[in-house]
Amino acid sequence: MFVQYILRRLLWMVVTLLGVSLLTFLLVFAGPTDPARKLVGDKATGVSIDHIRREYGLDQPLYVQYVTYMGRILRGDLGDSYYYRRPVTEALFTRLPATALLAFSIMLVSCLIGIPLGVLTALRHNSLLDRATMILGLVAISLPSFFVGILLLYLFAFQVKLFPVGGYGSWRHLVLPTLAVAIPWGAWYAIFLRSSMLEAISADYVRTAYAKGLRPRIVALRHMLRNALLPVITIMGIDMASLLTGIVLVESVFSWPGIGMQTLQAAQHLDVPLIMGSVLFGAVLIGIANLLVDIVYTWLDPRVQLE
Amino acid sequence: MTAQPISFQTQLSSRPAEARSWWGDALRRFSQERLAVVASVIFVLLLFTSLLAPLLAPYNPIEQFRQTGLTAQGQPVLPSAEFWLGTDGLGRDLLSRLLYGGRVSLGISITASAISVLIGLLVGGVAGFIGGKTDFVVMRFVDLIMSMPTFFLTLLLVVMLSPGVWVVITVIALFSWTGPARVFRSQVLTVKQRDFVQAARCLGVPQTRIFLRHLAPHVLPLLAVYLALGIPNAIFAEASLSFLGLGVPAPAPSWGSMIRDGYAYYRAAPWIAFFPGVAIALAVVTINLLGNGLREAMDPVRRK
Repeated sequence: MFVQYILRRLLWMVVTLLGVSLLTFLLVFAGPTDPARKLVGDKATGVSIDHIRREYGLDQPLYVQYVTYMGRILRGDLGDSYYYRRPVTEALFTRLPATALLAFSIMLVSCLIGIPLGVLTALRHNSLLDRATMILGLVAISLPSFFVGILLLYLFAFQVKLFPVGGYGSWRHLVLPTLAVAIPWGAWYAIFLRSSMLEAISADYVRTAYAKGLRPRIVALRHMLRNALLPVITIMGIDMASLLTGIVLVESVFSWPGIGMQTLQAAQHLDVPLIMGSVLFGAVLIGIANLLVDIVYTWLDPRVQLE
Repeated sequence: MTAQPISFQTQLSSRPAEARSWWGDALRRFSQERLAVVASVIFVLLLFTSLLAPLLAPYNPIEQFRQTGLTAQGQPVLPSAEFWLGTDGLGRDLLSRLLYGGRVSLGISITASAISVLIGLLVGGVAGFIGGKTDFVVMRFVDLIMSMPTFFLTLLLVVMLSPGVWVVITVIALFSWTGPARVFRSQVLTVKQRDFVQAARCLGVPQTRIFLRHLAPHVLPLLAVYLALGIPNAIFAEASLSFLGLGVPAPAPSWGSMIRDGYAYYRAAPWIAFFPGVAIALAVVTINLLGNGLREAMDPVRRK
């Protein structure tokens, strides 16, 4: 049952990836810009452009290029990056650990900020803590992550020299880029969890739990939080695409050598194979995240059946 | 037998006058949300200061004051009587840039949000109304776009089409209509099940008339709500592109590109990035409160 479900979801992911690759491919090649022209630079003559075009197969009809491209993907070959002059898979995998570390740490810290705050503010509804958190939270979700990043740089790398201004290596390098995204996100989760906790507070099952004499802490954590987390988990899945956006931005603020910064450079140089690779890679990440969300969902709510 | 409709009439006219107009009702309930009203006043003020930038701005936003606008060491100057918010690294007046930047940032995000809401209405509304296979295919396409790392593609498209106001608007709208499409689809599906639509269908009212007369009045007010709620994301998208140097080309200011300028000077002149960041936050907070107030006021479920 479970295995079947996973297999079906993986199959759907393959279909999605096919769709994503086709859509990306069309967007890239229907555009008015000639990748070959970008590849050789502005000084090149017509002859060398034609040469490059033949070498990279850009003179073939569109569908031939797509079929060739997909054929190579199936063999695990995403082509060569125009700009870095190395295989795209290699370029992606050397940058993967840095980005994975950052993404994981952002998700973790967002939850560590959002979940306790959401629970506390809901339990102390209308208290000073509640109001202060909601006002600060509203401000925090309205700040772009790169702006938060610059504020953090100014405060904790320049005024108080606690953390490095950028780069990659130790846990100290990880703190500021993580917080730059996790502060707005944690605030968003707190606000969202608070409102879904407030709905749970007046639910029948909560009254029942109190009535049978459970301690308030147990009711809050086992009964209210477990139900209130469901919608939060859903938005976490939806947010995966914007996590990648946030990562591009903080990676460029903190010179974090990850996939986000590499994709930005790839876009600036119209490095089509690398962009295609990054997009597919991102789509795989989003697919896996959505699958995980569904699994966590059934674990939290046994009424939901994986089908 | 003839007495019945008459008593029905009297019942109708005995209702309070303001409850009879849908818009009046919505407006009344919106004005009761004090926070939303304050927020909309501030947002409208922001809009006006941006629109009236040529009248309000003390200087030309791209003029470089190399003598007065930079210190002897060539650094930006602090906020002063001459430059109320100080200057940036090129000796340009920040207040003027902030006002003109608002035109770019707000103009682009409002237009992009409007386009994406209209596409969403068209796609979601039609899919929900027709239903069946069309609905299935359209919604799978929406799912597809929602599972793409769209920002990567946004970057690529902006570079390919070379950055400019309309390119930025188009690219933002291109990837942000999916949310509204889902909302409008589910709204159409809900209203379609309601008794008055079923009744109209049983009476043999043509599809187009059902669409215009019965569905549209329940769906169109949501346009205003989701237009407002789409603006913050568009502001973020525009600011992100500009911050990465892929927005409206320099020297034209936008709030995002001003933060980019400030990033280069964050040690020596932190105010350069600070003011546009505050402007973005203010715009996003107020439009969010405004949008939530509208949603509360227009939500059919909450109407009394």
